[in-house]
Amino acid sequence: MNGFGGFLLRRSIGTLATLLAISVIVYVVFYVTPGNVAQITCGPRCSPEQVHQVAQQLHLDDPLYVRYWHFLQGLVAGQDYSTGTSVEHCSAPCLGLSYQTDQQVLSIILTRLPVSLSLVFGAMVLWLLLGVGTGVLSVWRRGRLTERVLTGLTLAGWATPVFVIGLVLMIVVCGELQLLPFPQYVKLTDDPEQWAWNLLLPWLSLALIESAAFARMTRSSMLETLAEDHIRTFRAYGVSERSIVGRHALRGAFAPVIALNANNFGSAVGGAVLTESLFGLPGLGQELVHAVSVVDLPVVVGMVLVIGFFVVLANAVADVLYAVADRRVVLT
Amino acid sequence: MSLVQVTDLTVEFGALRAVDGLSFRLERGAALALVGESGSGKSTVASALLGLHHGTGARVGGSIDVAGIDVQAASDGELRRLRGAKAAMVFQDPLSSLDPYYAIGDQIAEVHRVHTRGSRRAARARAVEVLDRVGIPDAPRRSRSRPHEFSGGMRQRALIAMALACEPDLLIADEPTTALDVTVQAQILDLLHTLREETGMGLLLVTHDVGVAAESVDQVLVMRHGREVEQGPVAAVLGAPAQPYTRELLSAVPRVDAARAPSAASDEVVLEATGLRREFGRGKRAFAAVDDVSLTVRRGETLGIVGESGSGKTTLGRMLVGLLEPTAGEVRYEGHARVGVRPTVQMVFQDPVSSLNPRRSVGESIADPLRARGEHDEGRIRGRVIELLERVGLEGAHYDRYPHEFSGGQRQRVGIARALAADPRVIVCDEPVSALDVTTQAQVVALLGELQRELGLALVFVAHDLAVVRQVSDRVAVMRHGRVVETGPADEVYDNPQDPYTRQLLAAVPALDPEAAARRRAVRRELASA
Repeated sequence: MNGFGGFLLRRSIGTLATLLAISVIVYVVFYVTPGNVAQITCGPRCSPEQVHQVAQQLHLDDPLYVRYWHFLQGLVAGQDYSTGTSVEHCSAPCLGLSYQTDQQVLSIILTRLPVSLSLVFGAMVLWLLLGVGTGVLSVWRRGRLTERVLTGLTLAGWATPVFVIGLVLMIVVCGELQLLPFPQYVKLTDDPEQWAWNLLLPWLSLALIESAAFARMTRSSMLETLAEDHIRTFRAYGVSERSIVGRHALRGAFAPVIALNANNFGSAVGGAVLTESLFGLPGLGQELVHAVSVVDLPVVVGMVLVIGFFVVLANAVADVLYAVADRRVVLT
Repeated sequence: MSLVQVTDLTVEFGALRAVDGLSFRLERGAALALVGESGSGKSTVASALLGLHHGTGARVGGSIDVAGIDVQAASDGELRRLRGAKAAMVFQDPLSSLDPYYAIGDQIAEVHRVHTRGSRRAARARAVEVLDRVGIPDAPRRSRSRPHEFSGGMRQRALIAMALACEPDLLIADEPTTALDVTVQAQILDLLHTLREETGMGLLLVTHDVGVAAESVDQVLVMRHGREVEQGPVAAVLGAPAQPYTRELLSAVPRVDAARAPSAASDEVVLEATGLRREFGRGKRAFAAVDDVSLTVRRGETLGIVGESGSGKTTLGRMLVGLLEPTAGEVRYEGHARVGVRPTVQMVFQDPVSSLNPRRSVGESIADPLRARGEHDEGRIRGRVIELLERVGLEGAHYDRYPHEFSGGQRQRVGIARALAADPRVIVCDEPVSALDVTTQAQVVALLGELQRELGLALVFVAHDLAVVRQVSDRVAVMRHGRVVETGPADEVYDNPQDPYTRQLLAAVPALDPEAAARRRAVRRELASA
C-alpha cells in the first residue's frame, strides 16, 4: 500500500508493536525488582497471613508469563477481579486494577489525562511562540546587543529548574502583586475561563524553560540556512533582508523545530512532574511517580502505555508535518 | 555609455588580494567572458558588479559602473533596485541556488514582485511566461514544482528564467554549465545565445572552461591571481594568444579532435567482464544501473569509459574493482573468476578531498594497502611510501602532512600513490581529473600515462569529459542508460561515430574555435529538429 493510507496503516502497526514491547519491558523490570510487593501493597502493619492473602488475590505468586497473559486477556476481552469482598468486572480494554485502591487503572488515567493534556497543550503553544519568536528576533538582530542579551537569557532559561521559575512566578504574581489567585485546577468543561486563568502560571513556567531549547534551535538552523547558496540567490536579486530572514531562513528552521516539538510534547505529557506537583495539578506525572514508589504495577504499566502512546503519536504527527513542510520528504 | 565599466577594481579579503587592478568594459548587447582557473578571482569580480561584497568585510577599491549606477557609492536600496532588475545573476550550482521549500514559479514571482510591486497574480503569470520562454515544457503546471522535482538542466533553465523575469540589461552567468552534462551544457549555452540575440541584453560569462567561453562570447578576458593576463576579441585571444599563460592554458585544454600516440598495449587480457548487470532498489522501484555490459582490458592499454551522469559508468567501475558485487555476470581477472577486492586491481577516486581521511597523514593513507597486505615492518613501510610519493611527483617529506595542506592536484597524486602501493596490474580511475583545473588536469593525465608505460599498467579511465577520454584512451566504450552503445578504438569512435548518441555527445562538446562553435551550433539545431 502506498500514500497516506499506507503510512497510517504501517504507523498503527508499528505503534501497537512498540506499546506491546514497552509493556513487556515494564513487567520484566518490576518482576526482577527486589522487595515484597504484597507487603508494600498491604501496608506495614499487615500480618504474614494477610500479606499471603494479598499475594494470592493479586496473583503475585504466578509466574511472569501467566501474569502477563492475564494482562493481555484483560486488554482484549476484559476481566473479572475479586477484591476480597466482591467481584468487579473490568471491561475491555482493561488495564487492570490498582493494587493500592482497587480502582480501575483506565479510569484513573482518564481522570488525570485531561489535566496533563491541558497543561502540555497550553504550554506548547506558549513555548513555540516564545521560543521561535526569540530565535527569529536574535537572528534578525544578529551581531548586535539584542542577540547577545537574548542568547544569555535563553542559556539562563535552559539552566533554571522549573520549580524555581514556577515558585518565583507564584510568589510575585499571586503573592506580592495579587494579580491572580494561587492556581487550582478547574476542568475545561466546567468553566473555560477559570480553566485558562488557573493554568496560566503553570503554562508560563513550563513554557519558559522549554522555549530556551526552541530559541536556540530556531536560531542555529536559521543561521545555517542563511549561509546556504539559495539565500545568496535572493540577495543577488534584490529581495529585502526582511523577506530573506522571515520567509526563506525561517522556513529552513521548520523541520528541526517540528522534530524537537514532537519530542518535548511527548515527554511532557507524562514527564511534567515538577510543574504538576508545584501547582497541585492532578496530572499523569504525579500519579506515575506515586505508583512507582508503591510498586503499583497495573497503574505503572497503564501510565507508561498511555505516555508511550502520546510519544509515538506526537512523532507520527511530526512526520506528517515534516512531509507537509518539505515536499522532498516521502512518508513511508 | 557602456553597460558595464570597471576601472582599476581591487577586492581584498583580509590580507588576501583576490582582485588586483582589473579594468574592463562591456557594451550593451555584447558578451564578455572572464576566464581563469580556480582562485583567479573571476567570481569575485562578478559579485562585485552587483555590490554583493557590501557588508561582508571585503574591501573593494576602484570604480564599478553598471547600467548607469555607481555600485561603489550606491545605498542598500539602490543596490536592491539594481539587483535582478537591471543586472541579474545566474549561479553555478542550480540545485543549491534555489530555495528547496518553495515552488519554482513562486520564487520567480517573488523576485518579480520585489521590482515591479505588481499583483501576485501578475507576477505568477510572468513566472510562467519566462519559464515557458526558457523551454520548460508545460510551464503552467511545472511552475508549481519544487526544485528537487526538476533535473539539473531544468533547474539551470529555471534560474535563467528568474534572471529574465525583470528584463535586465545585463546577465551575469557564473559558471552556469559547470555542474551539467555536456549535452545539457550545449542546450543552456545555445539558450543564452538565443536570448541575447532576442533581448539585446549584455552577457558577462564567468568560466574556467575556455571552450565554453569560445562558444558564447565575443570578448574574452583571461585572469590569473586576480589580475588581467590579456583581453581582446575571442578569436584573437584564443587563436593567437599574446601571453605565455594564455598559451599554457590553451595547450592544457584537451582536444576532442586530436588523436593520441598509441600506447604499448599487448594482447594479454588482464581483466574481462561478461554480461555485467547491477540493479539497485527492490520490487517496482528496481532499476538496472548497469545492464549487460561486456568488456576486456589488456595489459598496458587504457580503456576509456565515457558517458553522462546516470549512465552507470561509476557503478561499472566499482564492479570491475570488486567494490560492488554484480547482480548478474562476472568479472575475470587473468582468466580466473574474481571474488571481492584484490590488491592487483586498484581504484583512484573522483574527489581527492573526500577520498582521503582528513584526520590521518597522507603517508598513513598510502601505507594502508601495504598494511592490508600484511606488511608489518615500519621501516620498510615508510621507505616504500616515500618511494611512492616521489614516484608521483611529491616529496618524501610530505609523509607526515595532512590532506588539507595539499592542493587538489597534489591530493589526486596522493590518491594515485595509494593505488600504486599494492603493486596493481589494473587501476580503475573514476573521474580522476574532473575536480581539477585544466593545467593541473594535464599534469595528472601525463603522470598516469608515464606510470602506465613504466609499469605496464592497464588503466580503465571513467570520465564524462569526452576530450580527456580521447586524450588518454586506446579504446573507448560509450555508455548510456547502463548500456554500452558504442565501443572501439578511440580514433574510430571519435572520428567516425556510428551510434546517434555518440554523434550527439560529440556535437555538444564546446569547440575552442569560435567559428567551429557556430558550425556546431548549427549541427545541434539540426539534430534537435530531426
